[in-house]
Amino acid sequence: MAAMTREETQNLIQEVLAVYPEKAKKDRAKHLMVNDQSLDVAKKCITSNRKSLPGVMTIRGCAYAGSRGVCWGPIKDMIHISHGPVGCGMYSTMGRRHYANGTTGVDIFTTINVTTDFQEKDIVFGGDKKLKASFDELEKLFPLAKGYTVQSECPVGLIGDDIESVSKVKTAEIGKTIVPVRCEGFRGVSQSLGHHIANDSIRDWVLPTRVGKDDGFTTTPYDVNILADYNIGGDIWPSRMLLEEIGLRVIAQIPGDGTLMEMEKSIHAKLNLLHCYRSMNYISRHMEETFGMPWMEYNLFGPTKIEQSLRAIAERFDDKIKDGVEAVLAKYKPQWQAVVDKYRPRLEGKKVMLYVGGLRPRHIIGAYEDLGMEVVGTGYEFAHNDDYDRTIKEMGGATLIYDDVTAYELDAFVKKIKPDLIGSGIKEKYQFQKMGFPFRQMHSWDYSGPYHGYDGFAIFARDMDMTLNNPCWKEIKAPWLRPSPAETQAA
Amino acid sequence: MPSVMVRRNDEGKLLFYIAKKDLEEVITAVEHDTTDAWGGTVTLGDGETFYIDPISPPPAFPTTLRFRRVE
Ligand code: SF4
Repeated sequence: MAAMTREETQNLIQEVLAVYPEKAKKDRAKHLMVNDQSLDVAKKCITSNRKSLPGVMTIRGCAYAGSRGVCWGPIKDMIHISHGPVGCGMYSTMGRRHYANGTTGVDIFTTINVTTDFQEKDIVFGGDKKLKASFDELEKLFPLAKGYTVQSECPVGLIGDDIESVSKVKTAEIGKTIVPVRCEGFRGVSQSLGHHIANDSIRDWVLPTRVGKDDGFTTTPYDVNILADYNIGGDIWPSRMLLEEIGLRVIAQIPGDGTLMEMEKSIHAKLNLLHCYRSMNYISRHMEETFGMPWMEYNLFGPTKIEQSLRAIAERFDDKIKDGVEAVLAKYKPQWQAVVDKYRPRLEGKKVMLYVGGLRPRHIIGAYEDLGMEVVGTGYEFAHNDDYDRTIKEMGGATLIYDDVTAYELDAFVKKIKPDLIGSGIKEKYQFQKMGFPFRQMHSWDYSGPYHGYDGFAIFARDMDMTLNNPCWKEIKAPWLRPSPAETQAA
Repeated sequence: MPSVMVRRNDEGKLLFYIAKKDLEEVITAVEHDTTDAWGGTVTLGDGETFYIDPISPPPAFPTTLRFRRVE
């Protein structure tokens, strides 16, 4: 379908909203906009980070999922206890593909789901005893764990258990870091508040441990932290390789494939490199204020953005890094050019619609553009105003932007816009595949990845081609509904 | 009295950030901005104004300060 004009997009929004009752229509209208690149701030045009509308389907998660699954989950040498009933942990974390190096049960615990498994009696008499007992049990089972976090689920907040005091008592007893996180699922409107709470718990319980102490750590002028890269499908590894190749020294990965010790020594870095702004800008701001450590956002999806990001990073350092960047750019040019040459002819001009989480709706646009594809609609589950400010410039004029889109709206938009590819999550996947649209899961990379860096770009391009040009999409329509060969020939 | 983090952006301009409100705006004007005091009425890019008693000597940014909204 040809690109839509502003007016057409506006009409489409009105058309889709028409089925809602008056009040719901007014509310949802604020969350949908036609992009206008001339704007600097998004808040006049789009409202975000508000409570989802009751009665329609949202795909947001809860604060507990934001903390347990997203921010704390990938820290590999700590055991994260889901404190509460058994179900939350399963649904929020077990499907997340944050990879980690190590041996499960010995030095990494990311794939193990630990819960205190609340029963009725724990609700009535309190769960503190159970929490204490679980530390003792875990100490016996996994003596090499470096620490624990207590991730509260809804009931813990409702009955008012004092997980902080239990944590303090147990820290004194077993001598390991224990971080209580007050991330009950009912807090806030989405997983976003869970990210914030998790950031605050890192600030309060982890970072201060080495402040003002001589920990014997030798620093160099090139020390950086990678923040908010979750190592989905191994993303952080090609990122780290690139950064090291340009001459930087990565001293901490928080949290992707990261450890408690890395978090503690991260205070020694010269610069925080922030990948997902939404989920960890809070800790970056805190570290800037407390340790004078500047932070910057970067993007390693697709060669264009990699080049921009690496050059921007080099600006913060001396000529050694600047030369390193130029050398790296030259070295990888043939590699990515071959990828573009191979896939661009197969993907040129195809339209993509995205609906993902905290940074990908804007970060991967560049990678699609490198392949000659165009992103015609994008949106976030749980973004805030500042994310939309950053999105407006990335998206083309007159494209569609939707916040916390409902299942019905996304469905209606897709039927109208008819994109060639949809990138969203597991909850949308089968709906659109059954409608005959090529679909990639862009939360988990659809069991593929990594997509970061030059190595990741090759995989990204292959995956998009594999999905979009798959012959299966033609078979979805029932044979008697397909145009007859005579009709096709006439056309 | 929101608690506000004031920091410099890459262009060296001061940014006014209220975490609770997701408000991040450039500060366009400050009433007192000399070598011995910083503060007074602060105007943001979107036209909103806030007040803080002048601080002397001027604080080192980034820092968190408490401002009052000017109606
Ligand atoms: S909202 Fe509460 S009960 Fe539901 S998954 Fe989140 S923490 Fe568990």
